[in-house]
Amino acid sequence: MSVTSKRQNGAQTGPGVRRPRSGGKERRLLRPGTLPYVLILPALVFELLIHIVPMIFGVVISLFQLNQFYIRNWINAPFAGLDNFKIGLNTQGPIGSDLAHSFLITCAYTLLVVTCSWLFGVTAALLVNAEFRGRGWFRTLFLIPYALPIYVAILAWQFMLQQKNGAVNTLLVQNLHVLDHSPFWLLGGNAFWSMVVTSLWRTWPFAFLILLAALQNIPAELYDAASVDGASKLRQFRSITLPLIRPVSVVVILVMFLWTFNDFNTPYVLFGQAPPPTADLLSLHIYVNSFVDLNFGLGAAMSTLLLVFLLLVSIVYIRLLHVGGEGNA
Amino acid sequence: MREETILRPLRVLGLIFFALFTAFPLYTIVISSFKPLQDVQSVFKWIPSEVTFSPYRDIWHTIPLAHYFVNSVIVCISATLISILISILAAYAISRYRFFGRDPFRLVVLSTQMFPGILFLLPLFIIFVNIDQTFGTRLYGSYSGLIITYLTFALPFSIWMLVGYFNSIPRELEEAAMVDGTTALGALFRVLIPPSMPGIVAVAIFAFMTAWGEVLFASALTTDATRTLAIGLRDYANQSTVYWNQLMAAAIVVSIPVVAGFLALQRYLVQGLTAGGVKQ
Repeated sequence: MSVTSKRQNGAQTGPGVRRPRSGGKERRLLRPGTLPYVLILPALVFELLIHIVPMIFGVVISLFQLNQFYIRNWINAPFAGLDNFKIGLNTQGPIGSDLAHSFLITCAYTLLVVTCSWLFGVTAALLVNAEFRGRGWFRTLFLIPYALPIYVAILAWQFMLQQKNGAVNTLLVQNLHVLDHSPFWLLGGNAFWSMVVTSLWRTWPFAFLILLAALQNIPAELYDAASVDGASKLRQFRSITLPLIRPVSVVVILVMFLWTFNDFNTPYVLFGQAPPPTADLLSLHIYVNSFVDLNFGLGAAMSTLLLVFLLLVSIVYIRLLHVGGEGNA
Repeated sequence: MREETILRPLRVLGLIFFALFTAFPLYTIVISSFKPLQDVQSVFKWIPSEVTFSPYRDIWHTIPLAHYFVNSVIVCISATLISILISILAAYAISRYRFFGRDPFRLVVLSTQMFPGILFLLPLFIIFVNIDQTFGTRLYGSYSGLIITYLTFALPFSIWMLVGYFNSIPRELEEAAMVDGTTALGALFRVLIPPSMPGIVAVAIFAFMTAWGEVLFASALTTDATRTLAIGLRDYANQSTVYWNQLMAAAIVVSIPVVAGFLALQRYLVQGLTAGGVKQ
């Protein structure tokens, strides 16, 4: 608070931390070193209120038996110790086995979506990176799914995947004759694949966008020199392109991994609060446990486990790739 | 070149594949929004039996679309503007000052990016309800609760990217300005911000797009009065009878602002992502 009153004394806000340069000025009222704290204060307050405190609070809740009876009165919820974690991790019990199933589904979903998104992204970026007429149009087209609001993209797929009046069945059954009957895409085992395709459709343009920028930063002279030396296109791709887009790929894959593993939107918009078991991604699973079954302590324990898993994977991933990937940037 | 004769058809095939995959849903949205109701209730046809604009008119009565629209605009614009201002200040501090706690602050802010939203949704809900009870505020169910949530979501990425931008601007420029008597904040606004505009614009698009498409927190933190487009449209799509032509018309109406903004300014976004983010 003293900061604000001091500020009013000076005609303008205080000068920086840098050593006095232009002689003693009387409005140099902020002690050197205060200004950066004033500058980060708003960011810090919001980060604490929205991210940090709720996260710590979430871990605390996971240690309590917090359910609908205690939600208005959460201070008096009975302490449960690690019981919630034991229930969640006990794969013999009904809750633990459902959670394990949801975890495996999420792993498969993430692996498929991230791998395909990266492959699609690199391929399309290579195709558009070459000079040809109309490449700007392709580039713009490919970016539209990424620009659409997430729920719009998912609603469009939800409509297309309808059994009776969906465009997918018209395409596959009537036009291409790949199938001889119209399947239900949003039920049973098909639900998983519907979710993968929907997510892939709006995730790969992100990889494309970033990888294309990375490709365009590679100096053309490198390829010219390689051509002169007689290197084939494939060889150029392996020895020039791939190593140079590696640092960017590392970041893009990590970001897509975190998005996809935490994905709540795709199953929630496609299926609502009761997804088919094959589309029961972790975020939605925890949401249903917390808000529909009103078992908040257990939901918090599951979220904590999810966070620990994501942290471990991210740290291992960054360590592994940093060892081999230094000095490529 | 023999290599070129093999590669060319492959390239064309690849482009056709990606173009069709991308365009298929886009075509479906657009064409369905011009179809009469009976068309979207029977087997899907690529060509409408007649072209009608009525879905664009009727959707405003079928659901309170204008109400959702106003809610989303208020929340997203406020969150974007506030988050930009806050990120500029924080990024300036991180880029230009060595202070105690700088690296932990940076690391913590960045790592919040990877938190699963589901982890802090419920605690945040409880915190909002309790702050409201204690201080008589209205965070739960009001615009302000959603605004501060969304603006915070944008902070890690915005700060990260703007630090990269500010770092790339030589310090001598501000020092010269400061010798001439400008304060540190004066130097920030007069010297650093103008050349960083591409980055700031990119951050703004990103913040707005994130807020505009957000579903999870909007589903738990809004009431009927503050329902955003995301939740309004999703709830409608999960009813037993859905007028898909009207829903697709609504999809186009809500997408145009963000898609147009994104496409017009995507160059800045790419520049910003590569300058600020990826090369860090």
